[in-house]
Amino acid sequence: MVLIETESLEKRYDNQVTALADLTVAIEPGIVGLVGVNGAGKSTLIKLALGLLAPTNGRIRVLGLDPIADAQAVRARVGYMPEHDCLPPDQIAAEFVTHLARVSGLPAATARERASETLRHVGLYEERYRRIGGYSTGMKQRVKLAQALVHDPELLLLDEPTNGLDPEGRRAMLDLVHRIGTEFGISVVVCSHLLGEIERICTSLVAIDAGRLLRSATLSAMTQHSDLLMVETDEDPAGLAELLGRAGLEVRENKRALLVRMGEDPDATYDLIRDAIADLDLSLHRLERHRHQVADLFRDLPTSEASHA
Amino acid sequence: MPENGNGATGVIHDIGYQRYEGVRLGRGYSARSLFTQSVRGAYGLGRSAWAKVLPIGLLAAASVAALILVVVNTQLPVEVIDYVGMASTFTYAATVFVAVVAPELVSVDLRTNLLSLYLSRPMTRTDYALTKLAALATATFVMLGGPMLILFVGMAFSTDNGIAGVFSEFGGLLQGLLAAAIHAAVLASLALPFASLTGRRVFATGMIIGVTLLTAPISGVLQALGEGAGRQLAGLIDPVSLLNGVDRWLFDGGIFDVGPYGPVYGLGALVIIAVGTSCTLWRYRKVKS
Repeated sequence: MVLIETESLEKRYDNQVTALADLTVAIEPGIVGLVGVNGAGKSTLIKLALGLLAPTNGRIRVLGLDPIADAQAVRARVGYMPEHDCLPPDQIAAEFVTHLARVSGLPAATARERASETLRHVGLYEERYRRIGGYSTGMKQRVKLAQALVHDPELLLLDEPTNGLDPEGRRAMLDLVHRIGTEFGISVVVCSHLLGEIERICTSLVAIDAGRLLRSATLSAMTQHSDLLMVETDEDPAGLAELLGRAGLEVRENKRALLVRMGEDPDATYDLIRDAIADLDLSLHRLERHRHQVADLFRDLPTSEASHA
Repeated sequence: MPENGNGATGVIHDIGYQRYEGVRLGRGYSARSLFTQSVRGAYGLGRSAWAKVLPIGLLAAASVAALILVVVNTQLPVEVIDYVGMASTFTYAATVFVAVVAPELVSVDLRTNLLSLYLSRPMTRTDYALTKLAALATATFVMLGGPMLILFVGMAFSTDNGIAGVFSEFGGLLQGLLAAAIHAAVLASLALPFASLTGRRVFATGMIIGVTLLTAPISGVLQALGEGAGRQLAGLIDPVSLLNGVDRWLFDGGIFDVGPYGPVYGLGALVIIAVGTSCTLWRYRKVKS
């Protein structure tokens, strides 16, 4: 089943600001990255999917339902982690998540049990009996994730889950999202303005810009072609390319670097490159597996966003 | 990225995620859960110690006053203050109570954006608004009615007329609780729309106190200087006098002379409840989430 399906979806605020314009996209189950610069319309799309906003024009369906007409049914099956801060500082995390589980419709005893379980799954153990006001940003993000997960939704909508986290915290949060999508078996739509950050955990990507669909693609096809090596030398890339080409390798020039397909026998390819560079007496600056295929997919994005890795 | 498949994971604490296949209760249950949580929160239960100070303090002070009343009423030949009289006397205390508690119930949700977490669940904006209103009214009712129970227990044990005396006290208690319910409904519908306007508790409390404190002197001056009908209708201006007028009309209790205009006071109370509820609903239809 398609998770989220939109047809010529349009949303204008106060008839002036256009947040989404003519967006048609079908988001399939899996871990879906929703990328775009700030203001591209990511949060608006999420709020439309939750039925918190009504579309100005067009149609949106979530899990096959209309989020406005069947709001109760949609929201019972969806978990939402907002971008902004949304936690009351003077409540205890375990009690707070239990309360929200009950508001989501879980009976009292189950709510308490699942709140503890969920907080443990997101990495909060004894800390869950402390007041949220004393938490670090990373712990608050985990509580926000736990409240979205506590009622076992079929679809999780995460709006910038790595906001405000340090690099280590970002990595941990993305690992958690990846686990939710794979081990827990819950479909996730995760918003981010950093493509390089979420591409490694997603099964597909949807890029929107200025309220329009830029590109939508699955990553499974991409990973099969990820056996490219990037070779960067101080000078004479053309000479090196020629030499490697004669050795039977598939070589493409990319700015000042070379992209070399590793082929059947990666070790032999590495050896060939090493020997060729030694023969030409060049100095090697960089030799690594190429990581920019996904960004290439979204080449139309502003470069600072798309090429961020 | 953790490896998946083949069990080759670096995570050792995980006991596995359990799917939930059980029953999911509907909107009514959501609202009841929010109601319970809000009434508890009104008295600072499950919150920090500071959140308990004022509401519990007011309830405790009113209860101590009720104990003193038991002593005074049993020692003196006539009852000084009856149950309805308690509702009238404690109206100012109840006003302070709603001024402190209403922001705790709704302003905090606005300020911390908690509202968006409620609205993304099976709960409508109307459910939220009405639940919060009911929770505030209930908390206020407890604050007014609790001391009446203490008075009742004290008076019932010290009555000279046996079981008849207890029944007579019980009749008085029921009247008092009805008065308390009216007070609670009016004060809650007055306070909640103001509190729902702002995420800053100080402003919310200020607005609610302001409405009562600024209107009370005007009404007081008119009552002191006015003649006849003008004097008897002056109480409509401020909520506390209006409630005392309702007590006078319905139960012939309280301290305020309304003359023949009792029904006008009753109507005034109904208008406040209706307008306050509509304003709250309207506000939550508009609020961003």
